[in-house]
Amino acid sequence: MMRLEPLIFEVSSPGRKAYSLPELEVPDKPVESFLPKKELRTTAPELPEVSEVDLVRHFTRLSQLNHGVDIGFYPLGSCTMKYSPKINEEVANLPGFADIHPYAPEETVQGALQLMYEMQEYMCEIGGMDEFSLQPAAGAHGELTGINIIHAYHRARHDDKRTKILIPDAAHGTNPASTVLGGFQTVTVPSDSRGGVDIAALERITDETVAGLMLTNPNTLGLFDENIEKIDKIVHAKGGLLYYDGANANGILGICRPGDMGFDVMHFNLHKTFSTPHGGGGPGSGPVGVKKRLSPFLPVPTVKFDGKKYHLDYDRPQSIGQMKSFYGNFLVIVKAYAYIRSIGPDGLRKVSEDAVLNANYVLRRITEYYDLPYDRHYKHEFVVSPQRIKRDTGCHTMDISKRLLDYGVHPPTNYFPMIVDEAIMVEPTETESKETLDFFADAMIEIAKEAYRDPQSLHDAPHNTVVGRLDEAGAAKNPRVRWRKESQ
Amino acid sequence: MLKAIGVASIEDLFSDIPPALRFKGQLDVPEAMSEWEILKLMKELACKDDAARYTNFIGAGAYDHYVPSVVHYVLARSEFYTAYTPYQPEVSQAVLQSIFEYQTMICELTGMDAGNASMYDGPSAVAESVTIASGLTRRKKALVSRTVHPETRVVTRTYAAGHEIDALEVPMENGVTSLSGLEKMLSQDVACLVIQEPNFLGNIEPVDEISEKVRAAGATLIVQANPISLGLLRTPAEYGAEIVVGEGQVLGNPMGFGGPYLGVLAVKDKYLRRMPGRLVGMTNDNRGQRGFVLTLQTREQHIRREKATSNICSNEALNALAATVYLSWLGKQGVKDLAGQCLKKAHYLADGISHLKGYSLAWKTPFFNEFAVKCPLEPEKVVKSLVGKKILAGYPLGRAYPELKDCLLVAVTEKRTKKEMDELLEGLEGLA
Repeated sequence: MMRLEPLIFEVSSPGRKAYSLPELEVPDKPVESFLPKKELRTTAPELPEVSEVDLVRHFTRLSQLNHGVDIGFYPLGSCTMKYSPKINEEVANLPGFADIHPYAPEETVQGALQLMYEMQEYMCEIGGMDEFSLQPAAGAHGELTGINIIHAYHRARHDDKRTKILIPDAAHGTNPASTVLGGFQTVTVPSDSRGGVDIAALERITDETVAGLMLTNPNTLGLFDENIEKIDKIVHAKGGLLYYDGANANGILGICRPGDMGFDVMHFNLHKTFSTPHGGGGPGSGPVGVKKRLSPFLPVPTVKFDGKKYHLDYDRPQSIGQMKSFYGNFLVIVKAYAYIRSIGPDGLRKVSEDAVLNANYVLRRITEYYDLPYDRHYKHEFVVSPQRIKRDTGCHTMDISKRLLDYGVHPPTNYFPMIVDEAIMVEPTETESKETLDFFADAMIEIAKEAYRDPQSLHDAPHNTVVGRLDEAGAAKNPRVRWRKESQ
Repeated sequence: MLKAIGVASIEDLFSDIPPALRFKGQLDVPEAMSEWEILKLMKELACKDDAARYTNFIGAGAYDHYVPSVVHYVLARSEFYTAYTPYQPEVSQAVLQSIFEYQTMICELTGMDAGNASMYDGPSAVAESVTIASGLTRRKKALVSRTVHPETRVVTRTYAAGHEIDALEVPMENGVTSLSGLEKMLSQDVACLVIQEPNFLGNIEPVDEISEKVRAAGATLIVQANPISLGLLRTPAEYGAEIVVGEGQVLGNPMGFGGPYLGVLAVKDKYLRRMPGRLVGMTNDNRGQRGFVLTLQTREQHIRREKATSNICSNEALNALAATVYLSWLGKQGVKDLAGQCLKKAHYLADGISHLKGYSLAWKTPFFNEFAVKCPLEPEKVVKSLVGKKILAGYPLGRAYPELKDCLLVAVTEKRTKKEMDELLEGLEGLA
């Protein structure tokens, strides 16, 4: 039976320890002989005192309170919670990758540099771009990098009037946040009745003050924007640039490429599309790619090959600088590299075909009970809304999601995108079997029926999880964000 | 499945993509491989990285500490690593509680009131902390000491540009922040000063004097601290820091050729609601049990969009978990013992080098586990020559500080044995 686990501080016992240190071997002089007394700590930090077995049991028991892709279905829309092959984890732990210092002389890290160089090439090919930087640590970090590049491009052309970035109302929250962080104002572009960018509105808004447009395609509804060629023309005609948010790239691998769609700058989320696990929130990796005219502004360094040796190249005088220290989340890149090499070009295309097939299958299985705001073929994800259920039973998306937890399924993304009332955003991914998809569809249908039969059961859900619904309002009102010894 | 969807082929599902935009042919990436072939390929690549087998004295922002087996064990539990951000707390208590434990440990080390769930790395944490300080003080100048990691300074400038914050560099003097230089630059429009402690050059900064000046100007003191050094050194809170950031790589994360690392960010209470990133809070469920949730989410991009305190979404959760396990492994005594061992070994080596003919320590300032050595030949040549002896001797400071072109930055962790240090001494002596 699952039980809540005490905090590690609560299992601490004075004097207990798990650590061991090597022999000192050198003369053991008092610390005060090296450091001024006033700089020294007088109170020890209240870190737990536990034995190794205490520690292992704590984290093992704790781990059992979590859902993960390895435990069950995780159709969290826009997050691409696919299964990640174990070999990727194994190779990222190889000492030749894990134990190398970023400032080690280049001749001693040729393997790592070669891997990064080839990864840059693969990213260019898959994205249809001319050059890639692997530096950004996550999708949002890639967006900010891209926004900075757009900024630098216009500034280099002395085009200072461009202060706005256009963002569709269906966009991820990171898009407007990255835009503002990059020093631009956001202008929201409405969606049309088919779920794409409203072309008439776009034409109206776009002028010479627009620096660029950020677009996710397929968008957060899971729909491919059929008017992408028009969008390309409208924005470029006024001198703006197109940014591709690669969060939903799992729907288009080998099918179409951002570069061919007219995008000037883009990022991929290696932790979504290229199967590096999400780690409970990170680390991710968000490589950024550009067309040739934006190359001068990429972050430094990138990896170059002179025919014999790989080296880090900092020679980019117009570069936006660095987005983080060193060269990117290298060990994440290692996993994505192994993934691409494992499945090859046909495998990449099959990823998207299967992801799209799975999404459309689940969609059609549940539309008898859930409303479809846009009746089209979807790509790798789709959005439904429980309008009838809400009207007839008073049950909301939140209730349905919480009830799903009782089935051992992680709920889809809720209440996003905001343009759909009570949105339920489902992304099954390509790695799930028909049986799993049917299990999920059956559960969704059963919950819909239950809403009519016994709505209270949904309001009270989840019933089988180790904790029930948590008081989030209380947590925000009186934030307790750390444990304190005296409070126990 | 196609029948259920009502299409004849998978291809029909892509019919809304304009034909001109369809990718024709096959992507130009290598053909698929079996798992065994992948393992072989990856081992071959990894094998080319001699650095993994050489004795490492390079620090400069990434340190060769031992990562204990328990850290690998916990991180390999896929309940943790195959989860997403804990948006559904009922099935995410492991991730949430471990973050809460992490936040507590960071507060204990730094003396701050609240730590967030993680940032990308030390430099990006510094860059975002400058934004917090500027937001709170409504001032548009940020001072960064020249003794702060060069890459941190670059990243801070990159971020500051977007906020129209002027990031200015405070000069250094004798390997630490220049007090007179600082005095001259402080004014009523300065939001904050960023220092690193111990600084990039390994030295202990005159923190009391710095802090007094910064506070007198009404600015925020931001300290980038080495978390391991806090096993011995007093907390930045004790000398007036209001925001503490750090590179958490040293807390149980491998050097990994530069990432993924862990951005530590902790603040005094008054900055809590301006903090970027995720934050976990303690609460109760509808059954009266204690539980943990993401809290104060109205600061974040998925709620606030363009009004968010930051754009950060994915962070470095698994690296923070490594830090939590590592700090549990070390415990109260271990962190002190570890820091002490790094300190003593570094001083043994520094003492040895200072007695070598032609070599000397660049400054007489107290240091923790890293120090600059003046060399009788170009440090780049020192590094190159010692690679032949399978020693990575250090970081040539001339790469970032033209004024220190004859200096090599050398770091020592608990992993360095007396024999290895003696070999470095011998190697250096042979070059003089």
